[in-house]
Amino acid sequence: MEATLNSIIAAAAPLVIATMGETITEKSGVVNLSLEGSLRLSAMTGFVVAFWVGHALVGFGAAAIVGAAIAAIIASTSIRLKLNQIAVGFVLTLLAADLASFLGDSFVGERGPRVPALPIPILSDIPFVGKVFFDHDLVVYGSFLAIGVTWFVFYRTRAGLNLQGVGERPEGAFARGVKVNTLRFWYTVLGGAMVGIAGAAYSLDVKLGWRETLTLNLGWIALAIVIFGGWHPLRVAFGAYLFGALQVLAFQLQDVFPGLAQVLPIAPFPLMIIALVFVYSSGFRRIGDHFPRLRNLLGSEAPAAMGTVFERE
Amino acid sequence: MRVAAPTLVALSVALAFGVVLLILAGAPPFEALWLLVLGSFGSASKMAATLLAWSPLLLASAGLVITFSAGLWNIGVEGQIVVGAIVATWVARSLPGPVWVILPATIIAGAIGGLIWALLAGVLKTYGGVHEIFGGLGLDFVAAGLVVYLVLGPWQRTGQASTSGTNIFREEAWMPEFETFGTAWPVIPVALGLVSVFAVWLLLRGTRFGLRLKAVGRNPQSSFLLGIPTNRYMLGAFAIGGALAGIAGTVQVTAFHHKLVPAISGGYGFLGILVVLLAGFSAVWIAPIALFFVAISVGSTQLDLRLGLDSAFGGVFQGIIVLFVMIGGAWSASRGSFSQAVREEP
Repeated sequence: MEATLNSIIAAAAPLVIATMGETITEKSGVVNLSLEGSLRLSAMTGFVVAFWVGHALVGFGAAAIVGAAIAAIIASTSIRLKLNQIAVGFVLTLLAADLASFLGDSFVGERGPRVPALPIPILSDIPFVGKVFFDHDLVVYGSFLAIGVTWFVFYRTRAGLNLQGVGERPEGAFARGVKVNTLRFWYTVLGGAMVGIAGAAYSLDVKLGWRETLTLNLGWIALAIVIFGGWHPLRVAFGAYLFGALQVLAFQLQDVFPGLAQVLPIAPFPLMIIALVFVYSSGFRRIGDHFPRLRNLLGSEAPAAMGTVFERE
Repeated sequence: MRVAAPTLVALSVALAFGVVLLILAGAPPFEALWLLVLGSFGSASKMAATLLAWSPLLLASAGLVITFSAGLWNIGVEGQIVVGAIVATWVARSLPGPVWVILPATIIAGAIGGLIWALLAGVLKTYGGVHEIFGGLGLDFVAAGLVVYLVLGPWQRTGQASTSGTNIFREEAWMPEFETFGTAWPVIPVALGLVSVFAVWLLLRGTRFGLRLKAVGRNPQSSFLLGIPTNRYMLGAFAIGGALAGIAGTVQVTAFHHKLVPAISGGYGFLGILVVLLAGFSAVWIAPIALFFVAISVGSTQLDLRLGLDSAFGGVFQGIIVLFVMIGGAWSASRGSFSQAVREEP
C-alpha cells in the first residue's frame, strides 16, 4: 500500500508540474495548446543535453528553455500579431513533436544520467507518511512545491489577484494599472518552462532515456486535466494524481489482465469526456451553491478572457 | 501582390530554416531537398503514389474548411477518418458482389462512419458543453483503440493476429485503378477529392446554407439572435466534415492499403488542419497546397532510405512553412493596420 502510493506520487510528479504550468498560463488568459509537442521536444532536449554534459540538472535547464521558447512564440504572436492562440499552438504541437523525432533519432537507446534519490532525513522515517511523501527525489519535491506555491500565489497574494484579473477581466485590470500583456507574456513563458521541466522529468527521472513514444499523449492528457480541474490548482493536482493512480494500477494489474495494457492508453479519454460532461452538468454546479466555501474548488468556468487578445495598450 | 509578398518571404525563410536543419543533422541539404522532389515526382509510379496520398488529404481538408467556417476546431477529424475506414472495411469484408456494387457501398459506408463520429463530437459540444477540441481528441483516441481492437481481435489476420493488419480484401473491394504509362493511376480517389473540394467551395460561396454557416462561425451569439438555429448549423458542419473525412478513410482502406491497419488515418486529418490553416480557411488554395504537402510527406520517406535521416523531417518542414506563413501574413497585416491607424489620427 505504501509502496503503491509512493509510486503513484512519483509517477504523477511530471504531470503535476506540467498541469500547474498550464493552469498558470490559462489563468492569465492564454492557451498553450502545444503541450503534446512541448513535452516531447523538451524531453528529447533535456535528455540529449544531460547526456552530453553528464549532469541531469543541466538537462532540466535546457528543457525549461525549450518549453519557455515555445510558450514565448505563442504569447508573442498572440499579443503582438493577434494570431489565434489555438492555431499557433496546434502548429507548434506537430512541429515540436516532429522536430523531437528528427533531432533525437540517433539518441534512441542511449542511457543518460538520472536524478538521484533524496529521502528527506528525519521526515522519511515517519511511519507510512514518510515512505509515501518524503522518500523521493527532487522532481517529486518540486511537484509538491509547484502545487503549494501556485495555490498560495493564486489565492493569497496580490500578484495572484492581478493574474486572475488579467485572465478574467483584462479591461478592469488595465484600468487598475496592471500591465495586462506583459503579465500574460511572462506567465505564459513561466508555464512553458514548467512544461519543459516536466518533459525532462520523463526522460531523466521516470524513464532513463529518450524514445519517440516516451511522452505519447501525455500533453493532451495534461490539457484535459487542467479543464477537469476547473483551473483550480488543488483540483488540477487531484486530476493528475488520479491519472497517476490509473497508470500505476494498470501497470501492476497487467499480468492479471493482459488486455489492460492495450486499453490503458485510451482509457483516460473516454473517462475525461464523461468527467467533463459530469462537471458541466447542472447537478454538479448546484453542489457549489449548497457549499459556498467550496465554490472556488468546484467551479468549472474557464477564465473569462482565455484565448482572447487584449488590445488596449 | 500585397498578400503574395510576405508569403514568398515566409516560404524562403522556411526553406532556409529547413536547409540549416539538414546541415545540423549532417546531411547534404540540397541533395536532400532534391531527393524530396525525386521521391514524390521522380517517376510515374512515384507520381501515382503522391496522387493517391493527395486524395485523402483533399477530402479531409475539404471537410475541415466546412467545420472551420462554422468556427469549429474539428480536431476529431483523425478519428472520423479512422471510423470511416472501419465501417468501409466492414462493408468490404461482408458485402458480396461485383466492383460496381461494392465501390459505392464502401464510399457511402465510410461517409456514414465519419458522419456519426463527427456528430458525437458535435452533440458533446452543443448539448454537453464539452469543447470540440477535447471531445474530438477523446473520440480520436477511442477510434484508435477501436481499430487496434478490431485488427487484433475479431478481424485478425488468418493464422495469427498481427498489428500489420487484417487480411487483404478480395479484389472486387479494391477501388479500381487505371493502367497507363506502365503504372496504375488512382483516378477515382483523386476525382473524389477534387469534386469534394469544388463542392465545398460552391457550398460556402453560393448557397444560403454556406452564408449562414459562415455567419454562425463569425458570431454565434448574434446569428442566434437573428434567428439562425446555431446548434443545427454546427451539427450540419460536423456532419459534412465528418462524412468527407470518412470517405478519406474509405480511400485509405480500399485504394491504398487494401486492408485495415492500426495507423489507418495516415495522419491526414492533422495534416489537413495544417493545409487549411495555410490556405487561410478558404477552399480555393486547398488543392495545390495539399499536393505540395503530400509531396513533402511522400518524398521524405526517401530521406530515410537514401540518407538515413528520420522521415519526420517532412513534418518539421511542413510545420515551419505554416508557422512562418501565418506569422508573415499577420506581421504584414499588423503593419498595415498600424500605418492606417496612424493616418486616421486627426
